[in-house]
Amino acid sequence: MTTQLYQIGTYAAGNRLLDPDDRTEQSRDDRTNAITSGHRACRGCGEALAARVVLDSAMRAAGGRMVTVNATGCLEVFSTPYPESAWQVPWLHSLFGNAAAVASGVAASLRATGRDDIRVVCQAGDGGTVDIGMGCLSGMFERNDDVLFVCYDNQGYMNTGVQRSGATPPAASTATTRPVGTSVGNAFGTGKSLPLIAMAHEIPYVATATVADLHDLEAKVVKAMGMHGARYLHVLVPCPLGWGTASAETIRQARLATQCGLFPVFEAERGVVTATTAIRHRIPVEDYLRPQKRFAHLFRSDGRADVVAALQDRADRYIARFGLAEPTEPSEPIEEESS
Amino acid sequence: MRRQIEGSKAVAETVARCRPAVVAAYPISPQTHIVERLSELVASADLTGCEYLMVESEFGALSACIGASAAGGRTYTATSSQGLLFMAEALPNASGLGLPIVMTLANRAIGAPINIWNDHSDALSQRDAGWLQLFASSNQEAVDLHVQAFAIAERTSLPVMVCMDGFVLTHAMEAIDVPDQDEVDAFLPAFRPRQWLDPDSPVTIGAMVGPDAFTEVKYLMARSQIEALDTVAEVAAEFGSAFGRDSGGLVRPYRTDDAEVVLVVMGSTFGSAQDVVDELRADGVRVGVLAITCYRPWPFDEVREALRGIPRAVVVNRAISVGAGSVLGRDVRLSAEPGTDVLDVVLGLGGRPVTRAALRGLLVDALAGQLPLDELYFADLDHEVIADQLDRDREEVAP
Repeated sequence: MTTQLYQIGTYAAGNRLLDPDDRTEQSRDDRTNAITSGHRACRGCGEALAARVVLDSAMRAAGGRMVTVNATGCLEVFSTPYPESAWQVPWLHSLFGNAAAVASGVAASLRATGRDDIRVVCQAGDGGTVDIGMGCLSGMFERNDDVLFVCYDNQGYMNTGVQRSGATPPAASTATTRPVGTSVGNAFGTGKSLPLIAMAHEIPYVATATVADLHDLEAKVVKAMGMHGARYLHVLVPCPLGWGTASAETIRQARLATQCGLFPVFEAERGVVTATTAIRHRIPVEDYLRPQKRFAHLFRSDGRADVVAALQDRADRYIARFGLAEPTEPSEPIEEESS
Repeated sequence: MRRQIEGSKAVAETVARCRPAVVAAYPISPQTHIVERLSELVASADLTGCEYLMVESEFGALSACIGASAAGGRTYTATSSQGLLFMAEALPNASGLGLPIVMTLANRAIGAPINIWNDHSDALSQRDAGWLQLFASSNQEAVDLHVQAFAIAERTSLPVMVCMDGFVLTHAMEAIDVPDQDEVDAFLPAFRPRQWLDPDSPVTIGAMVGPDAFTEVKYLMARSQIEALDTVAEVAAEFGSAFGRDSGGLVRPYRTDDAEVVLVVMGSTFGSAQDVVDELRADGVRVGVLAITCYRPWPFDEVREALRGIPRAVVVNRAISVGAGSVLGRDVRLSAEPGTDVLDVVLGLGGRPVTRAALRGLLVDALAGQLPLDELYFADLDHEVIADQLDRDREEVAP
């Protein structure tokens, strides 16, 4: 059997094969450890991993001159149970729905007092971004305030016990969308894509990423930090608790989400898509849905093939819309014979 | 130098001379002239070193102030009524985090029914939010209180709300001494935050506190509020020495010595009440008035002292606690000693004018023992309208 290993890209084998400059921030001894060990995230938490990668990369890009603002949510709760704090960067938490406005205020204050060498990164979960925080976030975008806003999207209110959010996918079972009676779980609405809403504001930079591709995530953070104005990064972070997946499956689940097309990975500048990550090994949505307990009701003996088909339609639409099926130049593989 | 100027513009120019780093505000009547003038001062570079954030809501306004203050800048906002309610979630957050934000509240009623005119429902609905609340009795005092508010806020690390009656003060033109830049600079030192989001010395602000320490945090908050009474008095005294004007402080008793009845008021009613007291005193009637300048924290000792030996205190309530009675009256009862009857009167809700005739009537009735005790008395109620409506209600429920 032949195993293909890649030096860079989605299937990168590891840092040891890369040039030092191409290695991840996490491989460096002098990384910030912006969120350090000892916090209380669940095992396999995608958000904790993403926050670590995002903030350490941002700190590198900002030359250590950075402050962070955090919405209420899992990240806030698991990182700061008084008198402990996992943060090794300046960190401010105010409320659930106001993180973007707080960050705007921080940036304005730094600018007014001549300290605008200090960069501002704002973090929130999907609830604090697409639902309760959307008013303040849209204002921050519209004013083009100098803030990088990062949404860690685990597709629900996981901190309060896995209730449905505006980012919960159709048919998912949550504590408030149980598939009982004639219900198939979460309703098929029109969906709410914050990256597209952000793009409609024509802000300098919008990108999506997942914890399955940390090189890509880091590169996007560095790119965003190299710009000024309102920037938005939407990171898919699987949640073992809320998705009903094994804690060792977090990275795989994020990868499957992109491979089936339900989570398009792309970049946009001033409202125009500038780059997409093509799907190399396309899979049916079923392969992504099946391992997750929140979709288990679709695959019972009395399962709902029609609902799975509807989700497949949705994935197909995304793939067409963002051109995710188009082949791109693969990086040179290293071929190894495995025994 | 005194000049004719609208209250709102005078306040805006005074705030500008306090050199805020960030002003974040959302327009709402009757606060609008304040923020319009400030935006103009920033745009024209008459106010430099200041960022004016035009936010998407009052919730965003106070939230931006929270961020700005935590980043170490002097921070200001202004609102009214529904705007204050929209800020409600962020109000105790600002005080809990110990952020010395200054806000002007152009006092206005709260709907429904929607009403843009003046009463004190907005401020009093947020009395427990951990903000200091100072009530201006005139536009001169409103101006002076803003200079004092920044000093008080920054010495105590607590947010301060300067309340001024909407329209009655905000839109009134009168001769006011707006302090010069030099005078304000001499009085108000540059802002030195107790802590800020310093990359060289990272702090975590806004951690989650559980049952093990929450009570202690709240105790310390309550304690620092009460201690702020001293700061309010101290700053008013310093202001008096620096500016040669008596403004602010905790309470303002007027001709209360030997009075048989004292009106207790807040805000612009104080001026009318003083006139009425003078008229009645000229006729040999022993009456006085006590203005509460510092409503939060409540000046227990000063109110007690001012009402000591006074047989009757008539509290002019410009807000009510629906289903429970008065708000200000209950606070006055905390301080009144046995022997002082506290009579609760509702007057001037939703912009109905608080006239000298009405105030005079209250004093005269109280002297004659004709005001009800232990009852919230609506002094300016149109009884005919009420009777008609109650009749209609009865007809509608009849089979």
